Amino acid sequence: MSVLHTVNKSPFERNGLESCLRYVKKGSSVLLIEDGVYGALAGSASSNAVKGAMANVTVYALEADVLARGIKGKLMDGVKLVDYAGFVDLVTKHDTTSAWL
Amino acid sequence: MKFAVLVSEGPYTHQASDTAYNFCKAALDGGHEIGRIFFYHDGVNNATRYTVPPQDDRNIQQRWSKLQQEHQLDMVVCIAAAQRRGIMDEKEAKRQGLDGNNIAPGFHISGLGQLIEAGIEADRLVVFGD
Amino acid sequence: MATKKMLYLNRRAPYGSVYALESLEVVLIGAAFEQDVSLAFIDDGVFQLLKGQNTTAVGMKNFSPTYKALGDYDVRKIYVEKESLEARGLSREDLLDLTYEDENEGYAEKDSIQVVSRTDMAGIIEQNDVVFSF
Repeated sequence: MSVLHTVNKSPFERNGLESCLRYVKKGSSVLLIEDGVYGALAGSASSNAVKGAMANVTVYALEADVLARGIKGKLMDGVKLVDYAGFVDLVTKHDTTSAWL
Repeated sequence: MKFAVLVSEGPYTHQASDTAYNFCKAALDGGHEIGRIFFYHDGVNNATRYTVPPQDDRNIQQRWSKLQQEHQLDMVVCIAAAQRRGIMDEKEAKRQGLDGNNIAPGFHISGLGQLIEAGIEADRLVVFGD
Repeated sequence: MATKKMLYLNRRAPYGSVYALESLEVVLIGAAFEQDVSLAFIDDGVFQLLKGQNTTAVGMKNFSPTYKALGDYDVRKIYVEKESLEARGLSREDLLDLTYEDENEGYAEKDSIQVVSRTDMAGIIEQNDVVFSF
């Protein structure tokens, strides 16, 4: 079964992203929302972990949260931006959703 | 598709309620169904009608009430969590001997079983918290 | 009503926030719905199951004895991640003894807690229809 993992915490404050990335399996996806979008920053302390995960899963970030935080020009390559409708689509396209609060 | 949504944080302190609202709105705009929105933990604080944010800020509670009215949503506040945090409807306030109630239009208070049932009946459960 | 595989994913320590207690309340209520229920404890969630909790001095309710009732509610699959225990200097012996009675084997008492590897935990998370995160 495919899982949409949502992460809403900055990886520099909490371990939600780090934890989540340990459990993602091929065919699943990670969606960064709220402060979780800081996990998509290029050249950061958590970039390598995210890049490593991208070999197996697609990483998305909620564009509204990216824009709100002024980091759109600082994201790593390969992270796909979605709007809220895209968030809804991702939920429908995966068998289940798991929130890493 | 039919969604169930769990909101686990109150308004303003965390973004969870905002994200949940934007998600629900997009789902409804996209022709999906929201079977139930369940408010738990501090999420029950979304249901007080006594919030008065500054005029240039969003009114999170009223936004939920309006969405409920527009789409006839089932918005349930957990009774145990609500009692801990002082969210009361008329019936509960009377039962507890309190001098008033504070629940906002469109929300109703019920048991945790409603959360489990929502999870069983929906195609997907989406959790918003902190 | 259809039967679904439901997972309660616990990642937070008790007392510092209410999530552990209110999650347990959902599990107890949810048991009445006769679904295929599992509990997972990872990261700081493993602290919920520690033996020897004493809340007298903080003036809060010690809800750790309630986990022992889970067996009576037919909640029999409690997965604890080995790596999360080890990262906190803990092992199985530090955790509560949680059991259930197996009606297929003369009501023999069996261990509800299974310590599993991170890899196994990834598979467990993936198997569920509904994941409640607290």
